[in-house]
Amino acid sequence: MNQQLPMVIVVLPLFGTIAGFCTGWWARKMPFILAIMALGGSFTGAVVVASGVMKTGPLHYHISGWIPPFGIEYRIDHLNALLLVLISFLALATAVYARSSVEKEMPDRVFLFWCLYLLLITGLLGIAVTGDLFNLFVLLEVASLAGYALVAAGDRRAAVAGFRYLVIGTVGACFYLLGVGYLYIATGTLNIKDLAVLLPPLYGSGTVITAFIFILAGLAIKIALFPFHAWQPDAYTHAPSAVSVIISTAAAKTFTYALIRVMFSVFTIDFMRSNAPMTGVVCWTGAASIIIGSVYAIAQDNLKRMLAYSSIANVGYLVLGIGLCGATSLGLKPVVVHLVNHALIKGAMFMAACAVIYRQELRHISGLQGLSRQMPVTALMLVLASLSMIGLPPGGGFVSKWYLILASIESGQWGFVAVIFVSTLLMLVYFWRVIEMIYIRPPLSEPAPVTRWSGEQPLGMMIPCVVLSVLSFAIGLVWMSGALDGLIQGVNLNFGLGGVP
Amino acid sequence: MEIFQIWVLPRLNYLIYIFLMLLGLYGMLVKRNYMKKVIGLNILQTAIILFFISTAAKIGATIPIIANHEHHGSHAAVNAVQYINPLPHVLMLTAIVVAVATLGVALAMVIRIYQLFSTIEEDQVLLQLRRETLVADAKESFHD
Repeated sequence: MNQQLPMVIVVLPLFGTIAGFCTGWWARKMPFILAIMALGGSFTGAVVVASGVMKTGPLHYHISGWIPPFGIEYRIDHLNALLLVLISFLALATAVYARSSVEKEMPDRVFLFWCLYLLLITGLLGIAVTGDLFNLFVLLEVASLAGYALVAAGDRRAAVAGFRYLVIGTVGACFYLLGVGYLYIATGTLNIKDLAVLLPPLYGSGTVITAFIFILAGLAIKIALFPFHAWQPDAYTHAPSAVSVIISTAAAKTFTYALIRVMFSVFTIDFMRSNAPMTGVVCWTGAASIIIGSVYAIAQDNLKRMLAYSSIANVGYLVLGIGLCGATSLGLKPVVVHLVNHALIKGAMFMAACAVIYRQELRHISGLQGLSRQMPVTALMLVLASLSMIGLPPGGGFVSKWYLILASIESGQWGFVAVIFVSTLLMLVYFWRVIEMIYIRPPLSEPAPVTRWSGEQPLGMMIPCVVLSVLSFAIGLVWMSGALDGLIQGVNLNFGLGGVP
Repeated sequence: MEIFQIWVLPRLNYLIYIFLMLLGLYGMLVKRNYMKKVIGLNILQTAIILFFISTAAKIGATIPIIANHEHHGSHAAVNAVQYINPLPHVLMLTAIVVAVATLGVALAMVIRIYQLFSTIEEDQVLLQLRRETLVADAKESFHD
C-alpha cells in the first residue's frame, strides 16, 4: 500500500469527482461528504509520504511499471512532499469553508461546484508529484480548465473575468507546451531527471534558451507575474468566495512550484549562471512585480481586489527569491518559506474578506466601518493576517522578508533590500486602511440594536479562517525554531543550491 | 527560386507554424468579438500541433509499426532512422484532447456571456459593466 501512495493521493480526488457527479443528481449532500472524504484521504496520504521522504529521501513511482525515461514517473522529493501537504491541507480547509458559501452563492449548482473543485485539486496534486514535463502540461491544463469554469461560476462580471482568464491562461499553456517541444527536439526526452542529465552540454544552444524563455513566459502568465498579470485581479475579485480562496492559495502556489521545478530541476542553476542576464531579468521582473502590485493595491477600494493586487506583489517576492537563490548560501529557503507563509496568509485573508461579503454584502474597504462590532472574530482574523503579512514578528511575513533581505544582502544586491523595505511601507499603507476602518473609525450610522455576535459568519466558515490566520503566525515560530530546517536543506540539496556561491 | 528550394521548402512546415501561431495570437488579442477570440485560440493550439508533428517527420521513413515477422522479416522497421518518430504524434493526441476540452469550456463561457449580456462583443459587454458600476456607485453615495 505504501508504495502506491503517490498515485492514491492524486487519484482519490479524481474518484471523488466522478462519484460526486454520479450521485449528486439525487443526493444533494453526497458530493460534499465525498469531497471531504477524498481530500481527507489525500491529506493523510500526503503526510505519510512527506514523513517517508523526510526519513528515506526521494520517492519514485513508475506508472504501470514502465521504467523511466520511457514511462511516466512520479517523483517526490522534499519540495514535492511539502507542496503535497500544503495543497491537500488548504484544499481540505477551503472545502470546509466552501460548504456554506457555495450554498448561498450558487444554490442550484452545488454538486457541480464540488466536482470541479475536486478536479482542480486533482490537477494541482498531480503537478506536485509528476516527474514528466508533458504530464505536467496535461495536469496544468486539468487544473486550469477547472479553475476557469469555477471562476466563471460567479456573477455577471465573473463570466467575463473567467473568459479572459481562459484566453490568457491558454496562451500561457501553449507557450509552456512549445517550450517543452523545443526541449524534446533538443534532447529526445521528457523526463525531468533525464533532461537534467542530457541538457548540460546544450546550455549554449539557441533551441534550449528559446525553450527556457517560452516556458518561463508561459508559467509567468499562470502565476500572474507583473507584465502578465492582466487576468488576475478580475478573476480573484469576481470569482465565488471559495474559488477566490483556493486559486489564490493552492493553485497560485502550485504553478509557482512548477516554475521552480523547471528552472532548477530541468535547467539547473548552472544554466542560469552560464546565461547570466537571465538571473538579472528574473530578479528585476520580481522587483517590478512587487512595486507595481503594491502601488495598485493602494489604489483599490474593493477589498478582494486589493488582496488580488497584493498577491501580484507577493508573487514578486517569490520570483525575486528564485532569482537570488543561486548567489546565496540560503538557496531556496526564502522562496520555500514565503510559498508556505503566503498561502496561509492569503487564504486567511480571502476567507475573512469573503465572509464579510457573505454576511454583510460589504465589498468596499470604505464600508467596513464598525465591522469589529458586527463580526468581531472575522475582523480580528483579517487584522491578524494583515499584521502577519506586513511583517509583525513573529508572523510568517516577517520571516519571509527577513530571509529575503538576508539573501539580497549576501548577494550584494542592495537595490532589492530597498525594494523590500519600500514594499513593506506600501503594504503598511494599504493594510492600515483596513485596520483603521475596522477598529478606529466609528460606525457611520449607529446600527440597529443587535446582539454583538448576530452578524458573525457561520461556524463552518469561521473555523478554517481562524485556523489559517493562527497558523500564519504560528508558522513564523516554526520556521524560526528550526524544526523544518531539515526539509529546507533537503530541498536545497536536491537542487544543488545553498552551498557557498 | 533558388532560395525557395534551398531555404523555404525544407522549412515550409515551420514557417506555416509560425504564421499560424501569430495569426492565432493576433485573433485572440486584437479581435473584440468573443467568438473570434475562441477561433484565434484554436488556431494557436493547432499551430503547436503542426509544430510537434513536423518534428517527427523524416524523409523516406515508414510508419512505426513492426511488420509481420513470419513472412517478411526484413520489412520490420527496427532502426530509429527507418521509421518516423511516433512520440510527438502520441503527445499531440493528448494535446488535441486538451484543446477540445478548452474549446468546450470556452464555448460554454461564450454562451453564458451571451445569456447574461445578450451580446458577445467585448466593447458592449464592457460598456454594460461600466454602466452598472456607475449606477451602483451613485446608489451608494445616495445612501451615504
